[in-house]
Amino acid sequence: MGSEKLIYLDNNATTPCDPRAVEAMLPFFHQIPGNAASRNHPFGWQAEEAVDYAREQIGNLLAVDSKEIIFTSGATEADNLGIKGVFEMYSRKGNHIITLKTEHKAVLDACKKVEKMGGEVTYLDVKADGRVDLEALEAAITDKTILISIMWANNETGVIQPMKEIGQLCEKHGVLFMSDATQAVGKIKTHPKELGIHLMAFTAHKMYGPKGVGALFVNRKNPRVKVTSQMDGGGHERGMRSGTLNVPGIVGFGKAAEIAMKEMDADAARLSVLRDKLEQAFKDNLEEVYVNGSVEHRMPHVANISFKHVEGEGLMMTFNQNIAVSSGSACTSASLEPSYVLIALGLGDDLAHSSLRFSLGRFTTEEEIDETIKMISKGVNHMRDLSPIWEMFKEGIDLDAVEWSEH
Amino acid sequence: MAYSEKLIEHFNHPKNVGTLDKSKNSVGTGLVGAPECGDVMRLQIEVDEASGMIKDAKFKTFGCGSAIASSSLATEWLKGKTVDEALAIDNMAIVEELALPPVKIHCSVLAEDAIKSAIADYRSKNGIAAE
Repeated sequence: MGSEKLIYLDNNATTPCDPRAVEAMLPFFHQIPGNAASRNHPFGWQAEEAVDYAREQIGNLLAVDSKEIIFTSGATEADNLGIKGVFEMYSRKGNHIITLKTEHKAVLDACKKVEKMGGEVTYLDVKADGRVDLEALEAAITDKTILISIMWANNETGVIQPMKEIGQLCEKHGVLFMSDATQAVGKIKTHPKELGIHLMAFTAHKMYGPKGVGALFVNRKNPRVKVTSQMDGGGHERGMRSGTLNVPGIVGFGKAAEIAMKEMDADAARLSVLRDKLEQAFKDNLEEVYVNGSVEHRMPHVANISFKHVEGEGLMMTFNQNIAVSSGSACTSASLEPSYVLIALGLGDDLAHSSLRFSLGRFTTEEEIDETIKMISKGVNHMRDLSPIWEMFKEGIDLDAVEWSEH
Repeated sequence: MAYSEKLIEHFNHPKNVGTLDKSKNSVGTGLVGAPECGDVMRLQIEVDEASGMIKDAKFKTFGCGSAIASSSLATEWLKGKTVDEALAIDNMAIVEELALPPVKIHCSVLAEDAIKSAIADYRSKNGIAAE
C-alpha cells in the first residue's frame, strides 16, 4: 500500500459502516444476546424489541408499515425471494416475468432459474441512456405476465429508471411491480407506495449499515402481496423467510436507515457537486473522455467514465495502491467480456473496456477528489503513451478499418 | 490478486516503449489482438543485417498490467538474440518470469504471437522463407 491514505471511491460495491451504526450494534453481541424468536424470557423480548424498533426505522425511511419489511441476508437473497417467490405464489395466474438486460446478476440469475422452472422471461433492451423504453415495456406485457422487475438505480452507471411511469403501467395491466433498489435506498427518496411498487429489495451495506443483512419490502394491502418462502424452517418473518434473525445486523440496519433519513439529502447535494467536479476536471484535462449513461437521471454520487484507447484494468494499476474504483473491463481468460451493462447501452466493446466507475460516499472529501483528479489524469496519460491504438488514433488512422487479429 | 514485483516494475517503468520506422526493411512489425478483446500489442524488431542479431526492439500495448509487462519483458529478451533464437521464446517462460496468475496467461501468449508476427513481417520484407 502507498504511504498516503487510501481513497475509497467504490461505494457502490459497499459502503463503510457508519460508526453510529456500529455503536448501536455492539450491545447486541454480548450484553443483549437473545434470539428474537424466544418468546418466554426477557432475553428474547429485548431482542424482539430491538428488531421491532429497527423495523420501524426502516419502515419510516420507506414510508411503509414496518410489518411490510421482511429481513433477509442481503439484497441478493431479497431479489431471489421476490422473483422466485412471486413466480411460485402466482403460478396459477401466469408464468411470465419482464426485466431488463442491465439488471444486477441477482435478478438476472434468479430469472434464469425461473426459466428452468418452466417460466418465461423477457429481458428488455435499454435505450442509449440506460433507461427502459416504456413503449417496449408495455408491448412486452401479455395476459400471462405476473411480474415486472426493474431496478431503481443501476449499480454500474447510477442511471435511475422512470419508476413512476413503470408503476402506472403495472397498475394499468394488473401486474406486480418489483424493484431491486439496492443502490437507491438511503441515498435518494425511495417511497415504494407512492410509485406503485409492490416488492422492493435492498441491503444495509450499501447505505452505511453492516454486511449480511438486507430486506424485501412486500406490500400488505391493496394489493396484499405474498411470496412463497425460499428458505424453510421456523416460519420467521410471517412465514416468508425462516431463519434466526441477525439481531445486531438488523439493529445496525435500522440505525443506518434513521441516519439516512436525516442526512441523505445533504449527502446527495454535497456529493453531486464533488462528482460533477471530478467529471468536469477529466473533460478539461484529457481528450476523448465519455460519460456513460443518462446524465440527467442519475444517482448523485456515481460517475461512469470511459477514457478512450486506454484499457480500464491496466489504468487501474497506475493508481490502485492509492485509489479504489471499479472497472468495466474484465481482462481474464475466463471472461474477456466487458461489462454487459455498458454493452447494453450500445457502447462499443472498446469503450466498455476503457471505463471506470467512480462511486462517492458519505465519507468522501473534496481533498480526495482533487487527489483523484491528479492521479488518474496522470495515469491516463501514462497509459496513452503506451497505447498503440492511441498513437494510431492521433495519426488519424480509422481504427474501425484496421483488420485486427481477434483472439 | 497480488502481482509480482517484477511485473509491477515492468508496468511502472516499462522498457523499450516506442516506435521504430516500419518503412525500413530491417524493421519487422507485429500487431496482434483487438480493441474489442481488451488488448492490442504492437511489437517491433530491428535486425542488424551483418550479424543477423536483433539490435533494437520496441513496443506499445493497450491492455491490462500483465499485457504491458509481458510485452516490456519480451522486448528486453529480444535484444541481442538472433532471429532464430527469438523464435524459440516460449510464452511459459514469460509466465514464469513475471509469475503471471492463470487468468493472465493469455497475455503471455499474445506476447509470443507478437514476436512471431514481427519476425514473419521482417522475413517477408526481406524475402526470407520461414523454416
